[in-house]
Amino acid sequence: MLLFGLILLPVMTSLLAYGSRAHGVRMTLLLATAIGHSAGVATLWTRSVPGVMSGWLRVDALGLLVLTVVSLLFLAVAVYTFGFLRHDPSRGPGRGLFVACLLAFLAAATLVALSHHLALLWVGMEATTLSLAPLVFHRRNRRSLEAVWKYLILSSVGIGLALFGTFFMAAAQTTGQPLVLEDLVRHAETLQPGLLRAAFVFFLVGYGTKMGLAPLHSWKPDTYGEAPGLVGALMAGALTSCAFLGLARGTTVMAAAGQAAFMRPALLAFGLASLVVSAGFIIGQTDMKRLLAYSSVEHMGLLVLGLGIGGAGSYGTVLHLLNNGLTKGLLFLVVSNLVLFYGTSEADKVTGVLRRAPWSGALLLTGLFAVTGSPPFGLFVSELTILGAAIHRDLVWLAIVMVVLLAVIFIGMARMILNVVYGEANHAEESTGTGGATGWDGKPFRETWPLLAGPLVLAALVLLLGVHIPAPLHALLDQAAQALGGTAP
Amino acid sequence: MHSFHELLMLLVVLTNFWILGTTRLSAAIRAVAIQGALLAALPLALDPGLSPHVLGLAVGTLVVKTILLPMFLLRAIREAAIRREIEPLIGYTASILLGAAIVALAFSVAPRLPLPEMESTLLVPVALSTAMIGLLVLTTRSKAVTQVTGYLIFENGIYVFGLSQMERVPFLVEVGVLLDIFVGVFVMGIVLFHINREFDSLDSARLTELHD
Repeated sequence: MLLFGLILLPVMTSLLAYGSRAHGVRMTLLLATAIGHSAGVATLWTRSVPGVMSGWLRVDALGLLVLTVVSLLFLAVAVYTFGFLRHDPSRGPGRGLFVACLLAFLAAATLVALSHHLALLWVGMEATTLSLAPLVFHRRNRRSLEAVWKYLILSSVGIGLALFGTFFMAAAQTTGQPLVLEDLVRHAETLQPGLLRAAFVFFLVGYGTKMGLAPLHSWKPDTYGEAPGLVGALMAGALTSCAFLGLARGTTVMAAAGQAAFMRPALLAFGLASLVVSAGFIIGQTDMKRLLAYSSVEHMGLLVLGLGIGGAGSYGTVLHLLNNGLTKGLLFLVVSNLVLFYGTSEADKVTGVLRRAPWSGALLLTGLFAVTGSPPFGLFVSELTILGAAIHRDLVWLAIVMVVLLAVIFIGMARMILNVVYGEANHAEESTGTGGATGWDGKPFRETWPLLAGPLVLAALVLLLGVHIPAPLHALLDQAAQALGGTAP
Repeated sequence: MHSFHELLMLLVVLTNFWILGTTRLSAAIRAVAIQGALLAALPLALDPGLSPHVLGLAVGTLVVKTILLPMFLLRAIREAAIRREIEPLIGYTASILLGAAIVALAFSVAPRLPLPEMESTLLVPVALSTAMIGLLVLTTRSKAVTQVTGYLIFENGIYVFGLSQMERVPFLVEVGVLLDIFVGVFVMGIVLFHINREFDSLDSARLTELHD
């Protein structure tokens, strides 16, 4: 019942929000759904819930991890939406549509996280893509039109390829319930190897497009660059985690069928390509949101690198999934604050943030060190685990290349962000010194608590994950890593 | 000709070439509608037992791919007042030749795939060639409407491939897939409408502002 509830609650509130005329009602629905959903997910942590629909919907370690990322981010974004819609200058689509799309995304992402039927998972994945499309197009200008068109066409084709992969998987199966993960794993030795490999290649290319692995990432900077920051937070944190889950389901079946030797080189190749491409485009990037998009390409690359390395690398990957989701949420929400404040995300027009919006400045700085994997943040631990696994499995060359590329990315990101945070403020109104900064449209801008609460909590969580991993979380990560054919470090 | 379903599949391939060769956008959309009707009839021809599953799939496909989506796209080009694909990246003759090469490739590759026994040997080559021709249309035509028809043809190819696994994919999932495609094209249609209003054309080649 709880599993159905987690999917159906946002479906219903989405419809209600779309139909409702009062903004207050819509926002209450949004916040209540976010809180209710988080409470439901918290229940899943404390007690085991049996699968429903003959095992099509079921909770397992990896699914619960993705669901937790989705739910936490959604709660942060829901609170943020209060501040955002108050300050947002664009005459976007009706706010009803905005809130309804957010809630529809939550329903679709929950379906993906709970699906143990690979075709049902595909249905949810396509729905996540479509539910965010109207939000990419929030500004209703030429640039956002171009972005949403690329997003729709490239994502749809990518996800179509993943459907091909799903049918190949069905064809590979000879016994058991068709396309149900548990049956695929249980009868893994009876799967037809040639078709299984074909299925995996299509999964990798299809869900890899949705994740934004290079060279399939071309929609990503444009989409993240044009979408409002809070939508970027959901995309870079939650949507990519769902897409990773799609790929990870394929990986689980491959590992169970003893096909690890076939998939590892492919995963390593996509991972390395993503690191190289993101490093190349992060150096010399001039826009903060596009910078974050390439950073997302980098971290998706790290996720598949961990899978490709195997062993403790899989543990690093699942931990990194959690860290990356939270950090991307933090960064996109903070950058969204700056866009509200300065009216642009171009880095050379946004300087001296620490003086004009001290909270956002401090959070942006925190996010910079977190996302580049500096201690004491969570990403330091997960990246170190992946690097350690590479060395342990005699891939020293890979570890060296990774360290060099991560260093390049650190320099590129730090150069832009440090200037944004500390640089000389170049706005004329600064000299008027009337106290109380003004936003780009001249209205007074204050860092109100809805704009800060989400990023603050996310920053605290990423910091905590770097200092200490609680025992229940460790057990969950361990289980998830084993399902991916890996081990605990 | 061995049976009705093989005739249907050959007609699917023919509609692909019709789309590759036509300059008129409305003709391309009609061809996609006819292809949708052929695809709706295909499960009935493959499995004449008329189970509720097969009937439901046929009716759902007919409603979405032959009636709703083509009507919606025809409305979009009527409002934009455009008739023809003006400058495709690859000329019409060249794209028909490319299409022929794709079909030849699909028919030579398909028998080598380690697929289990199927109702029809045509299913896989027709599926692969249709999906690839869809991608060809999607990548070489500059009108946004034509790109949507390319996407639909691509999806039709996947659908034909899915028919080979018909008894393994539950009806609920097929409904979900159809619904997703419907909503997807619907959202694309809304974006088309805005592209038309903003740029005064449905030329996606003008979408070139975003780059690094």
